[in-house]
Amino acid sequence: MKQKKIGLVLLEIFGLLLAILWLSPFYLMLVNAFKTKREIFTNVLGIPEEFTFENFNRAFVELDFVNSFLNSLFISVVSVAIIILFSAMAGYALARNKSKLSNIIFYFFVGAMLIPFQSVMIPLVSIFGQAEMLNQASLIFMYLGFGCSLSIFLYHGAMTGISNSLDEAAKIDGANKFQTFWHIIFPLLKPISVTVGILNVIWIWNDFLLPSLVIGEANATIPLKMFYFFGQYTKQWHLALAGLTIAIIPVIIGYFFAQKQIIKGVSEGAVK
Amino acid sequence: MRNRDLSFWLFLTPVLLSLFLVVIIPLLYGTVYSFTNWNGLKATEFIGFQNYIDLFKEEEFRASLWFTIKFTVVSVILLNFLGLGLALLVTTKIKTNNLLRTIFFMPNLIGGLILGFIWQFIFISAFSSLGELIGAEGLQGWLSTTETGFWGLVILSSWQWAGYIMIIYIAYLENIPGELLEAAEIDGANAFQRFKHITFPLVAPAFTVSMFLTISHSFKIYDQNLSLTGGGPFNSTQMVAMEIYKTAFSENQMALAQSKGIIFLIIVAVVSLTQTYFNKKREVDL
Repeated sequence: MKQKKIGLVLLEIFGLLLAILWLSPFYLMLVNAFKTKREIFTNVLGIPEEFTFENFNRAFVELDFVNSFLNSLFISVVSVAIIILFSAMAGYALARNKSKLSNIIFYFFVGAMLIPFQSVMIPLVSIFGQAEMLNQASLIFMYLGFGCSLSIFLYHGAMTGISNSLDEAAKIDGANKFQTFWHIIFPLLKPISVTVGILNVIWIWNDFLLPSLVIGEANATIPLKMFYFFGQYTKQWHLALAGLTIAIIPVIIGYFFAQKQIIKGVSEGAVK
Repeated sequence: MRNRDLSFWLFLTPVLLSLFLVVIIPLLYGTVYSFTNWNGLKATEFIGFQNYIDLFKEEEFRASLWFTIKFTVVSVILLNFLGLGLALLVTTKIKTNNLLRTIFFMPNLIGGLILGFIWQFIFISAFSSLGELIGAEGLQGWLSTTETGFWGLVILSSWQWAGYIMIIYIAYLENIPGELLEAAEIDGANAFQRFKHITFPLVAPAFTVSMFLTISHSFKIYDQNLSLTGGGPFNSTQMVAMEIYKTAFSENQMALAQSKGIIFLIIVAVVSLTQTYFNKKREVDL
């Protein structure tokens, strides 16, 4: 028993050391973001001799952070809301129709998950470009197209736990199909909606390539703005690192408040 | 709902419309144009398989494909080891296991582009400082050679995704009945034997899932490649996704880039399906 206890303590220490190693990139980013340009040349690993907030002020302005944050927020929230609603509707319809055709459509969506972005990217940009439709609204529509497959798959799976007798009861009470979905089924799908929302928000919030092709600098999201900013201040690490720190802060705050749901959502999304 | 119900089709309209306009039509359109001299706006000539012949003759494309394959193999192996290792660590009875899970998972939430920039600083500045401090030559000049660029990408992706793979393994590890392990312990099985005969077979499905995810993640990597090495030095760390982007938008060879995109799709599909098929088969055998 005593031997087991010692083993556990050693494991505990090992775990903590590993955690420190895991966090060290963030430590290095943070301490150097507070240093002057000169100090970064002489002292990379230690904490700054004198903390300067100047880098953050400049990076905040250069990143046009309030605007980029709001752009990211707008795109992510609207896209995810649309993905949740329309994928839940589709998952419901496909699960309740047991026909062969319905099955084929379902597998069609599942199969579409295999298509890498690079094999549709060029014609996509070309088609939408020729229609002069490269804007925020199209970006949101594209997120629905790329995000619905996995989401429908998850909703379809969750529908097996919801009995058909609920639909029949609602029908007897005079509800039409949409009322049945909206008032009865959709609320019952809430746990899976949380999962779908989390998975899509992580992806869309961080996405760089698609917005870089579809929206201009005026509507730039955080990753896009970060890319321009970094290109402009290449090798000026004091500013770049302050900018990177600012860019991560919203994510860390979100993670702090919702870590349980996030980890659970990611786990369910992958395992199902 | 039945096929002839209007409501069935109304419920499917938004997703079908977006999937068709965003994925299916561009894919068909692109497939057709990959057999022409398309410049992104119009095509004047049907040239058969010429683009497909050209792309395999191109040194740069072959190099990027080979680099991507090497990267995928190494990072898939490392990620599964790390992910399972971390999962085993945080499912023991240590007090900090929730804190550790939170920390290991954190890099997943941050975009690859941003993480690549952070690691660029670490590999270039922090590594050389650390190298000077402990007198290690090997820590100098990272990302300036193909070799260090490769390992830089491997380290970044392992660090970023190991927590994700850990979460998948945890889900399966926590489903293993405790009595099973206890019974084995009473019967005199040591920790290694318990892992080999009980834990490992029962987490085999997790292996299928995480292999699938790590292969497709690694193969399609773009953001980290762009922000960490930018494909350099001399395009030697350029992966397929980036090579396709460059052919299309820097060199303006749309039809050639599209044919590379189609080849990319075929490889991804074949690898994913074969791998899922074999893993599923193995699971049943166990």
